[in-house]
Amino acid sequence: MPGAADRAKLPRVEMPKQDPRQRARNFSEVALGFTPELAQTEAGRCLNCRNHPCVDGCPVNVPIPEFIALIVQGDFLGAAQKIKEKNSLPAICGRVCPQESQCEARCVWGKKGKPIAIGGLERFVADWEREHAPQAPPSVPAACESPRRGVRVAVVGSGPAGLTAAADLARLGYSVTVFETLHAPGGVLRYGIPEFRLPKGILDHEIEYLKSLGVAIETDVAVGLTVGLDELHHREGYQAIFVGTGAGLPSLLNIPGENANGVYSANEYLTRVNLMKAYRFPEYATPVRIGHKVAVVGAGNVAMDAARTALRLGADDVCIVYRRSRQEMPARHEEIVNAEEEGIRFHLLSNPVRILAGSDGWVQGMVCQRMELGEPDASGRRRPVPVPGSEFTLDVDLVIVAIGQGPNPILTRHTPGLQLDRHGCIVTDADGRTSLPYVWAGGDIVTGAATVIAAMGAGKRAARAMDAYLCSTVLAGQRAGVSEGRG
Amino acid sequence: MFPILAARLLAPGIHEFVVQAPRVARKARPGHFVVIRVDEKGERIPLTLADWDAEAGTITLVVQEVGYSTRLMGQLAAGDALQDVLGPLGTAPPIEKVGTIIGVGGGVGVAPLYPRIRGYKQAGNRVVAIAGARSRDLLIMVDRLRECSDELHLATDDGSVGHHGFVSQVLEKLLDSGVRPAEVLAIGPVPMMRAVVEVTRPRGIPTTVSLNALMVDGTGMCGGCRVSVGGVTRFTCVDGPEFDGLQVDFAELQQRLQQYRSQEKLAADPAQRKEACRCLEQLTAPSFRG
Ligand SMILES: Cc1cc2nc3c(=O)[nH]c(=O)nc-3n(C[C@H](O)[C@H](O)[C@H](O)COP(=O)(O)OP(=O)(O)OC[C@H]3O[C@@H](n4cnc5c(N)ncnc54)[C@H](O)[C@@H]3O)c2cc1C
Ligand code: SF4
Ligand code: FES
Repeated sequence: MPGAADRAKLPRVEMPKQDPRQRARNFSEVALGFTPELAQTEAGRCLNCRNHPCVDGCPVNVPIPEFIALIVQGDFLGAAQKIKEKNSLPAICGRVCPQESQCEARCVWGKKGKPIAIGGLERFVADWEREHAPQAPPSVPAACESPRRGVRVAVVGSGPAGLTAAADLARLGYSVTVFETLHAPGGVLRYGIPEFRLPKGILDHEIEYLKSLGVAIETDVAVGLTVGLDELHHREGYQAIFVGTGAGLPSLLNIPGENANGVYSANEYLTRVNLMKAYRFPEYATPVRIGHKVAVVGAGNVAMDAARTALRLGADDVCIVYRRSRQEMPARHEEIVNAEEEGIRFHLLSNPVRILAGSDGWVQGMVCQRMELGEPDASGRRRPVPVPGSEFTLDVDLVIVAIGQGPNPILTRHTPGLQLDRHGCIVTDADGRTSLPYVWAGGDIVTGAATVIAAMGAGKRAARAMDAYLCSTVLAGQRAGVSEGRG
Repeated sequence: MFPILAARLLAPGIHEFVVQAPRVARKARPGHFVVIRVDEKGERIPLTLADWDAEAGTITLVVQEVGYSTRLMGQLAAGDALQDVLGPLGTAPPIEKVGTIIGVGGGVGVAPLYPRIRGYKQAGNRVVAIAGARSRDLLIMVDRLRECSDELHLATDDGSVGHHGFVSQVLEKLLDSGVRPAEVLAIGPVPMMRAVVEVTRPRGIPTTVSLNALMVDGTGMCGGCRVSVGGVTRFTCVDGPEFDGLQVDFAELQQRLQQYRSQEKLAADPAQRKEACRCLEQLTAPSFRG
């Protein structure tokens, strides 16, 4: 193996991708993944740093140098299992985590601008495991020895937070039921992130795995409306409940013309296409408007996904309209690059002020205003201020608003006694415990719109805390010979 | 899956289904709706509950064949099942004793009106019901309305039964004759609700309408169902579907209901569906095999 000095000269191995012109018109995955050879070459660049700065950059502290060392040794399965000690959804996180601001940002090679492709390697071993070996359940540390079979635990919401909590609780032996309001599980992974970035087959595989652990999934249940948390606890005997209902409430611009035909929230647009499969209309019955000239407002992952989806549906021209500058764009770096390569145009430092509709009620244009950056605001980013007299009109026939999402209100509105903050997020302690004694929460419903890995980490922490709680209550009662297990 | 226990034709093109959905039935209140999907490839469409039986674990849906999904539903019979039923959704406003209530139902809007006025009747109000349709054979649930109202008026566009004309005209006559309701509740097509509001507005009578916006999720996650009420954007599925009719922007609602007109035609025509599927198949590259 080359020494450190030689390794420093090695270029970062870039992951092969579909050709931009071709991929801009299909829904197949953009990034094609490493081959074993490429993965081992890239893994060979890792210095196995003793102080492993990358691990500190990872929200769930995946043992990065260790799993990379296993790749170098050719033990791909071992590498996958190493990751799963901390991250139960590596095939997903390897694809969607913002590595450039997490692990890869801390990598010592990062200072030279070519950090180890940690995300790509994570994805590689997870895909390898899925294709070559039956998934071996990683062990979950248990808080006590009691048998947990028959002790019912509920999980509300099937996004990454809920799926992770459900898997860990099932591995501990609990009888777990997941309740999901939509007709298919997965949360944002199902209805938000498109096929070309996260193939649904990968999500389906995770769901099948969950079912193989004995987890029951009941769809078409909006907890709060269809059944209350209190009813799940007192009537249906769920001893502890995890709430991972996400941030699904779309923010709107609140400008004139926003209710014109042809103005979508990104959530609606993506849900129609991903969950309802409108890209296969009319075989699937849900339609979606395919614009010729599309403007997407915002510059986060949601905006990039919406813009690139519009392109794939057949739009001629798609642009991003964002009120700050390139530096502040919150999307994953890779997706911004991908969008640009595919021909998406960027109107930066521009802010919509009104949407124009024709006499038929359909969008005809969007009036924007130029902005410049002033003093930093509460978020630390420089505040955009309008430039007087700088209005211009974009000629568009479809507008997609992707400026953020708030906490999903269905459950929280209908659960008395559940403490919320002023944004409507559920208040919890570090382990996810809420103001209700038998309820934990985690993911976007607690933090506001964040990341898949943060949601997953919260699900894991809550599962441990719920196990500790059940060990000291229901299971302790069982140990003492008192039958309390069923409600 | 949600089994259909009974299905019958109420009028040409209008079907009534009794569907097993115990969780929904347990929590249902007058004014609630459900979002259903007929099959694996179906749309999510909202339907207001026409009735329910918590003990039997069933809900009753009344559906008029107007688009692709409702036509598909029209072909279902007892023994079939709906792919999905989510609910009960929406706010169910509390029903109190307020005096006299006039309930106005147009077309298939009579179905969701029924449990609402029954609720008012049970709460001790005097209930006047007005039901209308294009013609006599399209007038549904008349007997059920009669049972839970103190007074029932009918109207048909062609005069085949009741008043020859619109329900809003019957309402106007009642109000002119001195009836002073605490509230008017109107459920039906947008032009009908609009006409009702034009009658009640000058007289300052509180008027509630139930809006039939296009929906996807039904839980506040898409905003597709947004309507302007008093100049403020509201989501029909979580803030409604009932709103203050005097504040609703009906013109905008009507416009938003037209959004998929051209696609609906495509979806409804079986020959076109096949054709379009074929060319789309060529467009969409093979997707991931997991
Ligand atoms: C388009 C898009 C792209 C994104 N891209 C990225 C990315 O590249 N990288 C990244 O890290 N993050 C990304 N994110 C953010 C990330 O997806 C979220 O932070 C993450 O999914 C949050 O997980 P969660 O489990 O908390 O909630 P969600 O994934 O939102 O799941 C919540 C689930 O709960 C269900 N639910 C809600 N209320 C109820 C109820 N009352 N009863 C039953 N079920 C209920 C919802 O239907 C949903 O299925 C993206 C988000 C979007 C929308
Ligand atoms: S910081 Fe970079 S080089 Fe060091 S162990 Fe982590 S991934 Fe390897
Ligand atoms: S139907 Fe999606 S928000 Fe109302």
